[in-house]
Amino acid sequence: MAEEMRIVLRNLGKIDPLKLDEYIAAGGYKSLEKARSMDRKELIEEVKKSGLRGRGGAGFNCGMKWSFSYGIDSDQKYVICNADEGEPGTYKDRTIMENDPQSVLEGMAICGYAIGANKGYIYCRGEYPYVVEILNKAIAQAKDKGVLGDFDIEVRMGAGAYVCGEESALIESIEGNRGEPRFKPPFPPVKGLWQKPTIVNNVETFANIPVILEKGADWYAGIGASNYPGTKVVTLTGDVNNRTFFEVPTNTTIREVIYEFGGGIKGGKGFKAVQIGGTSGCFIPEANLDTSIDFDSMGKIGAALGSGAVFVMDESRNIVDVVERISKFFEHESCGKCTPCREGTKRMHEIMGRLNNGKGTANDVALLSKLGKVMSKACLCGLGQAAPAPVLTTIEHFKADYDAKLV
Amino acid sequence: MADYKYIINKYKFIPGGLIEAYHAIQREYSYIPEDAVLAASKAFDIPYAKAYGVATFYSYFKVGKRGKNVIRICESAPCHVAGAADIVAALEKELNIKMGETTADGKFTLEFTECVGQCQATPVITINSKPYGDLSPDKIPAILAEY
Ligand SMILES: Cc1cc2nc3c(=O)[nH]c(=O)nc-3n(C[C@H](O)[C@H](O)[C@H](O)COP(=O)(O)O)c2cc1C
Ligand code: SF4
Ligand code: FES
Repeated sequence: MAEEMRIVLRNLGKIDPLKLDEYIAAGGYKSLEKARSMDRKELIEEVKKSGLRGRGGAGFNCGMKWSFSYGIDSDQKYVICNADEGEPGTYKDRTIMENDPQSVLEGMAICGYAIGANKGYIYCRGEYPYVVEILNKAIAQAKDKGVLGDFDIEVRMGAGAYVCGEESALIESIEGNRGEPRFKPPFPPVKGLWQKPTIVNNVETFANIPVILEKGADWYAGIGASNYPGTKVVTLTGDVNNRTFFEVPTNTTIREVIYEFGGGIKGGKGFKAVQIGGTSGCFIPEANLDTSIDFDSMGKIGAALGSGAVFVMDESRNIVDVVERISKFFEHESCGKCTPCREGTKRMHEIMGRLNNGKGTANDVALLSKLGKVMSKACLCGLGQAAPAPVLTTIEHFKADYDAKLV
Repeated sequence: MADYKYIINKYKFIPGGLIEAYHAIQREYSYIPEDAVLAASKAFDIPYAKAYGVATFYSYFKVGKRGKNVIRICESAPCHVAGAADIVAALEKELNIKMGETTADGKFTLEFTECVGQCQATPVITINSKPYGDLSPDKIPAILAEY
């Protein structure tokens, strides 16, 4: 039986998230103290050695990213916590912030010390005003007690734009602009917020940092899959018995997530498909369920772990209908800056609508494949590049659902 | 109700504070008055087109009137398969308006939204950002009665 392992959710249910003293009594802020006694370079090496890779979707080595900003001389640097969590089916960052906001603040402050930044921002999605309240209270308590030292943290609110989860769009949004992604390079660790070196990490990434310092890089590197060590908080949605979150080692398989943690398919029905990583994720058929959820294993089956959202569909679900809905999401969320995405998402939704209404032809399916391939290469940011994934992977694995709807 | 000019002035010296100012205005008015966009462009010393462009980029903001209570129905895939369409129908029937419209008394506006991050309890709606989950059509009247 696969078991849960709580690292980022270690304090869940054990402390009152709005009582700093309880966080401190549970060992909180000892890691920041330890970090500040270390040489900054050595600290970054330790994070690098732990093998921690970003939990926001791209899976970049965290310590490596920090080293880019560390290496630059600048009068000002910034740390940004990405709490935009816009990927449908995902509620892990909310769960972390609601239950243990201080561990996120501590992780950010450790990053601040490592790269030489004295200012941090948490960009929290506008849909979570109640989380913003918790964060502001937690920050006020931390400042009152002086645990953050000279590191300042401010919360900024998103306003309902999925693309603002993309780090350069997020930066534009904090600057008070439309959230349109920037051309890269330069990347944010070199030129980010107000053109200063900026580290953007996900909530879950930051929440891992205090534990890594407390227990050591070697301990962390030994957990789960060796190329993507640690745990992952997964959020289950759709046709499973337990629609809830779990924190599991990264070598847990998709099948274990669905059948052991998720309690299997609701109503005793059969399994049809699972989409992992949110709405921009790939659809996975039964044949691939024994894959472990770590970043590289998912890549090998042509899928992605993404945010860790696990959306399960039973045998009664019509894939074409679900994908039409998803294609509308992308048309709506495309920021419009680049043509392949602005026009591509619109046409993709149009064709999916035609197919779902029983008015499409085999040629429409071929057009979708072609359009999808172009978009995944030609779009400026990850939104447009990932938008075709649900379409392409369902044409690959669930062709029968398409065929059944052709005129 | 705080005047939007007063609100804007509170934010104008914060770097990138325009979006925070719009949030604060919307907390008071439930929407952003057209004139407030003009006032913001002056206070932040940016072109009107830019102030307007920011206000209309974000789906959480609405320039121009809407009802006192904004009901948003999540239509993202997990809520979609859990029966969001039935919730839409129940709300439209109960309030006697269509999606995107406001009741004659100005009390409620119905809008679609994408995922609001409460997907452990699909289907989900929010009223003034407060989430209500695990909905079924029969639960709608009691929820509306709270407002
Ligand atoms: C369209 C789009 C949306 C994204 N949304 C999020 C998000 O909501 N949260 C997040 O942490 N990262 C999101 N990302 C990834 C970020 O750009 C970035 O890689 C991440 O915040 C880096 O943090 P990490 O290294 O800790 O994962 C998104 C990327 C794209 C292209
Ligand atoms: S890919 Fe889409 S979201 Fe990204 S920059 Fe282009 S238009 Fe904007
Ligand atoms: S999918 Fe509806 S709240 Fe997340």
